[in-house]
Amino acid sequence: MATTSPDMTARPPSLKGHGVAADAAQSTPSDAPARRGVTSLSALPHGTPARVVSVEGEGAVALRLMEMGVVPGAPVRVIKAAPLGDPIEVRVHGYHLALRRSEAETILVTGEP
Amino acid sequence: MIHTQQSPSNGTNGSDAPGDRQHASRVLTVALAGNPNAGKTSLFNALTGMRQKVANYPGVTVERKEGVWPLGPDGTHARLVDLPGLYSLDAASIDERIARDVLTGRVAEVPRPDVVVAVVDATNLERNLYLTTQLLEMGRPLVVALTMVDLAERARVEIDAAKLSAAIGAAVVPVTSTRGRGLEELAAAVVAAAAKETGAGAGWRLSPQAEAELAAFINANVGNGLAGATSSSAAITTGTAAPAATSRAANLSAPTAAPPSPPRPRGDERHEALLTLYGEELPADESLRARVEAARARLAGANPHWWQEPIVARYEWIAGAARDAVRDRGRGARTRSATERIDRFVTHKLFGPAILLGVMLVVLQTIFTWAQLPMDLIDGGFGALGELARERMPAGLLTDLIVDGVIAGVGGVLVFLPQILLLFLFIALLEDSGYMARAAFLMDRLMRGVGLHGKAFMPLLSSFACAIPGIMATRTIEQPKDRLATILIAPFMSCSARLPVYTLMIAAFFTERKVFGVLSVGVLLILAMYLLGVAVAVAVAWVLKHTILKAPPPPLVLELPPYRMPNASNVLHTIFSRAWMFVRRAGTVILAISILLWALVTFPRTEIVSPADEAAVEQQAAGGRNGGAGEESEREETVQPAAGASNVAEAVEDEGARSEEGEQIRQSFAGRLGRLIEPAIRPLGFDWQMGIGLIASFAARETLVSTLSIVYNAGDGAGEESASLVEAVRNARRPDGSRAWTPLVAVSMMVLFVLACQCMSTVAVVRRETNSWRWPLFMVGYMLALAYVASLITFQGGRLLGFS
Repeated sequence: MATTSPDMTARPPSLKGHGVAADAAQSTPSDAPARRGVTSLSALPHGTPARVVSVEGEGAVALRLMEMGVVPGAPVRVIKAAPLGDPIEVRVHGYHLALRRSEAETILVTGEP
Repeated sequence: MIHTQQSPSNGTNGSDAPGDRQHASRVLTVALAGNPNAGKTSLFNALTGMRQKVANYPGVTVERKEGVWPLGPDGTHARLVDLPGLYSLDAASIDERIARDVLTGRVAEVPRPDVVVAVVDATNLERNLYLTTQLLEMGRPLVVALTMVDLAERARVEIDAAKLSAAIGAAVVPVTSTRGRGLEELAAAVVAAAAKETGAGAGWRLSPQAEAELAAFINANVGNGLAGATSSSAAITTGTAAPAATSRAANLSAPTAAPPSPPRPRGDERHEALLTLYGEELPADESLRARVEAARARLAGANPHWWQEPIVARYEWIAGAARDAVRDRGRGARTRSATERIDRFVTHKLFGPAILLGVMLVVLQTIFTWAQLPMDLIDGGFGALGELARERMPAGLLTDLIVDGVIAGVGGVLVFLPQILLLFLFIALLEDSGYMARAAFLMDRLMRGVGLHGKAFMPLLSSFACAIPGIMATRTIEQPKDRLATILIAPFMSCSARLPVYTLMIAAFFTERKVFGVLSVGVLLILAMYLLGVAVAVAVAWVLKHTILKAPPPPLVLELPPYRMPNASNVLHTIFSRAWMFVRRAGTVILAISILLWALVTFPRTEIVSPADEAAVEQQAAGGRNGGAGEESEREETVQPAAGASNVAEAVEDEGARSEEGEQIRQSFAGRLGRLIEPAIRPLGFDWQMGIGLIASFAARETLVSTLSIVYNAGDGAGEESASLVEAVRNARRPDGSRAWTPLVAVSMMVLFVLACQCMSTVAVVRRETNSWRWPLFMVGYMLALAYVASLITFQGGRLLGFS
């Protein structure tokens, strides 16, 4: 345990979702939420279980969203919107997170198969 | 060569290098890090008990909590540093920068921690482990304290601590802070970890291409004495500890056991390289920056989301670790669904805002009603203390100073303590229960309308008790401009120090009046003052965010934590440490100002001895013959007839004393200042005596009441409802014989007090928060201008409408 070897618990690098995300972002219009297609988290109907495909935003907000667990592959579900329609409450990694629609639009998700 | 040159700068920074050499004999420094709501505060309190102190980090007002943690029965102790609640170490907020600086030994007063205790919430394991992973990467020995295990078990989630420990390469100790379970094991694990000197690092890896780019930076750093890493880490640190970057390099390159081994890549060298390659800011060194930019371009060419790689890799590593160690038989449903059931009402489209409004009303109403009895007791207590002091001590200047300056001044401030304690109690309850985040969720859209963050709601609500903790609470707002805008409008929230002013005005002029037979005009006026403050704050925020603090609307990424029963000892700790801050302020600033004010009113002495003065002195049993005693006894003479409530009778009997007393104040420094500003405040309806009160109130609003009672000689302690002061205000005359105060003057005064920034402590806190005099001076200036104009409109407009 005291060893400083960095390879002790190394696992093969996995970047699942990254390539898919780039393609999906280009090929899927955000106004066509298909069951198995890719849509934005903002357009996801409330209560529908989904998985994050990619985070298209840049900068501090996108970084923070990802640090909070909104990473490709993470299970996500929209719980509700605040009284004025914005922000929205989502459940991700088993906890509840509030974020604005403008940020949710940059998060691409796909329905659970 | 390089190492020996760098070592001295290391020593001056108060870093831990000397400590490292005498490992066995020193006190361990342990840092406590964890996500917000992970149970960190409970653990800190359980480990340190009452052996803790709260200070600030130099240059910023991030609270620095430290305590003594007894590690074992043999009497060894650790210095436990409680870091702010964090989600990550990427230095997006001040809290995160400070935490990073503490962990890397860049804060002058805190040695680099020997061991990091990562507090991990078992009910939210994966997200909590993200910070733990980053902490592991820093290469320090680390112990995980697993909290909320009982809650996780209730949700039928079992975590195998041994398996988790094996997966992440650090000891994992389940703890239940409230029952003291696991604390001894935690201490033992910390002692064992400290002996290891370095941590295991984190085991995640990037894509082969990214690993290759990273390896180039690791090798370069190790090869050239970490010059590159040093400049990159200096770029991301706060300005407070810039020289420390070199000390860090010295630490790294001079291993503690000092064997002549060749440099080898350790956890923190990889961490340095990661910062260089993926950090938000580019390194300052030009050739290094060029290399970083080239490497990033190559990575971006292969993967447009290249910057997300480390985050994704960390979460995948965590998922792997959790897969082995967690058995979720309830599918995480139970406790969460309780929270969701509550939220069905609390964040409901209609019920949510209604509940929020109800909560605010209950809080404010309770503060007004429950606080009344203890406030009366404190007021009466200080009054009695003043009486006692006057009886027991020989009459003279010293007695006057103690009774009218010290006792009255301190009593006049401590009288707010019940209100402040109650408000802090509510805020602590709302925060600990998880409701505050819901309030931010509900209010965010509205707050954004004026350009503020949902997180600004809580600091602004706190400011209804006192702007000082409110302004200090703005540090959770990450964007500097949003934070500054919130700070600049926080003093518009009607704080408890305005209440005595409102209460005095209402007691003097609006007590008996009712609207529709039930609503008292006084309560409506106070409500109007609160609303005026909020309305002006909204308008000012809008203007600021569209002019000097122009910025896009701040993002909102906010955890809505599960509802939990607040922990009584945490709540008590919080409110008492905050209350103590207030008392210290009362004991220093306000005391000094009370004494100064007393002196301003008392000096220079008037030499005239009028017949009224002599008559007054005869009444005084002690009979110490000097002007000061005379002045005091006049007070009684003034008050007694006035309390009889007959204005006409009072005017005749009291004429002599009144002119004499007026002469003393007119001649005093305070009187001269009051008359100096009288032309400026006359359009607002104020005379020079009120001017004295106004000058004094710029130190602290509540001093208006005590100053008026000195100016009108209206009695000890001078509670805002003391009959004598109320009568004195009602009966105060201008030289032409007309009444100085009218209901309209009182309203004008209240409006002025809503909008003007009359609080030295607030100015001092803003100075500290913004690290410059520019913003506090700007704040005082624009608020005064607004207050003047609003008060002018109130008084002149009111006169035009026929009010008096």
